Amino acid sequence: MRIRTAFILLCCAWALAAQQPRRTLGEALGKKQPLLIQNATIHTITKGAFTGSISVVDGKIADVGEKILAPAGAKIINASGKHVIPGMIDCHTHIAIDAINEGSVSVSSMTSVADVVNAEQRSIYYALAGGVTTGNVLHGSANAIGGLNTVLKMRWGKDAGGLVMAEAPPGIKFALGENPKRQGMAAQQGSQAARRYPGTRMGVEDVIRQAFIDARAYSFQWKSYEQSRAKGENVLPPRRDLKLEPLVEVLEGKRLVHAHSYRADEILMLLRLAEEFDFRIATLQHVLEGYKVAKEIAEHGAGASTFSDWWSYKVEAFDAIPHNAALLREKGVLVSINSDDASGAEIMRRLNTEAAKAVKYGGVSDNDALAMVTLNPAKQLGIDKYVGSIEPGKHADLVIYDGDPLSIYSRVEKVFIDGEQYFDRETDAMLRRELDAQKKGLLEKEKLDERQRTPARRPS
Amino acid sequence: MRRATLSVLAVLCAVMAATAAETPSLVAIQNARIVTVSGATLEKGTVVIAGGLIREVGESVTPPAGAWVIDGAGLTVYPGLIDAFSAWGQPAPPAGGRPAAQPQPRPQGQEQPAAPQRSWGPEDRPGTTSWVKAADQLDPADRRIDAARSAGFTTAVTFPSGSLIAGHGAVINLGGESAGEMVVHPLAGLRMELNARGVGGFPNSLMGVIAYFRQLWLDAAHYQQAKEMYDKKPAGLARPAYDRALEGILEANRVVLPAVTRVELERMAALAAELRKPAILRGAHDAYRATAALKEAGLSVIVNVKWPAKPRDLDPQVEESYRTLELRDKAPTTPAALAAAGIPFAFTSEGLDAPRDLIAAVKKSIDLGFKREDAIHALTLGAARIYGVDNRLGSIEPGKIANLTVIKGELFDSMARVQMVFVDGKKYDPAPEPPPARRGEETR
Repeated sequence: MRIRTAFILLCCAWALAAQQPRRTLGEALGKKQPLLIQNATIHTITKGAFTGSISVVDGKIADVGEKILAPAGAKIINASGKHVIPGMIDCHTHIAIDAINEGSVSVSSMTSVADVVNAEQRSIYYALAGGVTTGNVLHGSANAIGGLNTVLKMRWGKDAGGLVMAEAPPGIKFALGENPKRQGMAAQQGSQAARRYPGTRMGVEDVIRQAFIDARAYSFQWKSYEQSRAKGENVLPPRRDLKLEPLVEVLEGKRLVHAHSYRADEILMLLRLAEEFDFRIATLQHVLEGYKVAKEIAEHGAGASTFSDWWSYKVEAFDAIPHNAALLREKGVLVSINSDDASGAEIMRRLNTEAAKAVKYGGVSDNDALAMVTLNPAKQLGIDKYVGSIEPGKHADLVIYDGDPLSIYSRVEKVFIDGEQYFDRETDAMLRRELDAQKKGLLEKEKLDERQRTPARRPS
Repeated sequence: MRRATLSVLAVLCAVMAATAAETPSLVAIQNARIVTVSGATLEKGTVVIAGGLIREVGESVTPPAGAWVIDGAGLTVYPGLIDAFSAWGQPAPPAGGRPAAQPQPRPQGQEQPAAPQRSWGPEDRPGTTSWVKAADQLDPADRRIDAARSAGFTTAVTFPSGSLIAGHGAVINLGGESAGEMVVHPLAGLRMELNARGVGGFPNSLMGVIAYFRQLWLDAAHYQQAKEMYDKKPAGLARPAYDRALEGILEANRVVLPAVTRVELERMAALAAELRKPAILRGAHDAYRATAALKEAGLSVIVNVKWPAKPRDLDPQVEESYRTLELRDKAPTTPAALAAAGIPFAFTSEGLDAPRDLIAAVKKSIDLGFKREDAIHALTLGAARIYGVDNRLGSIEPGKIANLTVIKGELFDSMARVQMVFVDGKKYDPAPEPPPARRGEETR
């Protein structure tokens, strides 16, 4: 009798849990089930690769080693013959948002892609199924100083707030070269009056410099206000300016700059400009001619996030070479490889093979190549304390491949984020059949409704 | 049957020959079914109207001496129906949006001097006419008001049209000689839109629009602070410049934001929290999937009942997504889901060809399990509550405004007809039904 009551209660709990959308089973039960992944080839990134096990407790990696203890009540996954890597991190993507560019002005730092996250965009699932667990979602490159970015985990099924990786430091997008200056050309904007400054690379530099001069003045305004107030004076605070506030944070070293760049000359320009204002560029994005100025980039301390082998699609990309990543790395630059994907997540589905190209062209080791899509982007985004390698204490963001992760023949089988499974190839196949059946049902229902309505239709 | 109804109507009209102006001040409807909404439904009751207000309602109420007594046998009396978002009585929208505020001098900076039509940032107040009030531009002669009344509506919340911040809506009664008589509340809520197309310059994206709203709100708070400081002690202080755009923001009692899909509803819930004013989300087809977020944010919802339909000229090669098909199937279940979750909601006829189509559209939800009493609540007291006028409108209670919708039969029955409506105690008869729409227009 008591067992039956308990069973009914459990059923009720399940039913309730089922009605609450966007809650995973683990959350409904109050905690996540511990995990043990056994007998896999584990690519830790920081401590090499070996055959062993990973234990996960409370969403974090508890232990990694050749022989470790299973946590109590753990779900055991036998991964013999499989490979496990840390969830991949894409340092430059535009998926999961409903707007990419605020292209009307040259400084759009008042905008933030966090405001337009679309947690139901399918690209998130595609990226997840490709083994990407974290993405740096950036504003587009239409502006010398663009909008604020957001770092998302591909927690498919959660709402916009549920995707955000809260630990990630804030950042902002800059852009140099053709994209921001193109907006200022007559052919793009028609009448002289509506044209946007700048129309040249010189102008791009001017816009960025002027913005930081304004930001300094703004910061000074606030400081003098605080001083007056401390003295007990009755003074009006300055007007808050959402365009300049993020730039003040950049000056104070509190906000990472991710700068879209192609040519060596503009890369040097930005590094010098940043040094003039005493801040550091966190990442040069794309940085196709980075290999020409690798030493200077390393000296500045900027990271480089580049494409694997994509070039000549516009004039400023003519000097790009597939050895860029390897050459930058040799000169001591922290290098990652990104997708720049928009809706569709075409490259995020196979970011592992983008890393493999660094082996093919640049002769880097397998581990260093994998680091370019895991640990290195984590460092560039300031989240390497939490993600990017398989080490105790880090988030259990794990990808199980059925073979070598750098082989084009390997496929992602399972993906975990924070110790929760978000992708499973077998379940996916099942869900697809279910979804197809539901869709067919909806179409048939609609057809039936139409047929029933048509003969009865008359003006009323 | 239909002819019989018409002839009864004709006779009634002839006998009463009641135009609004001639309604006596004291009226009683007796022996009617009275749906008070705020209390129990009276199967056979009497409602007494005096001086434009409801004086008494009850089963044992006797019509006072000298009252004009209407026999309510076969009739159901409801509180007057309310359309929660309309443009009735408002001028047609101007063609194409443009920044309405005069561009202000820019701080020395990166951009070249702006042409007047081009907005260069939040300071230019793009697409903003927050000083416009629907109550100030109300046209009592608008023929849509007659059509709405004939469909059983006595009240509407009517909004100006515009670009990003269109202006303030007004709660109006759909009867009266002048705008002044019609307005029940001149500041119902501030209409905000997200579509930047046509603004010209900044913003030209959804995230730009949201950033603009955020800056505008900060500017309004700063403006208010500056004004307060100055008013307290003007001597020795620079006078803050008068800004009608910011005055309009400060005046708003609540904001009305568009949101149809779950993603949009959740996004607007987040924005509303930042704006720190009560918010109403309108559209809400997908709200059946977003009840948790709406409930948590404490938002009200106006459901647009122009339910999503299959596009008429859909390319047969195009495969529609599961989400599209699902929304089309489930949108009419949204009212029931909102009622179950206890989220305040109302309906709008926005997008429908005629006000009377609203009843038919809500009927679709009722056929799918939405309760009639919840539907009636949403069309009366629920709508009044969302706009904070439930102390004067929305139910049949002594002391409230005498807005009544009298139906032959019951609302949502297939044979139901609007028999008469009372607006501020004045009786109006429905206009004869208009000729059927041409086939092409019918399903537009």
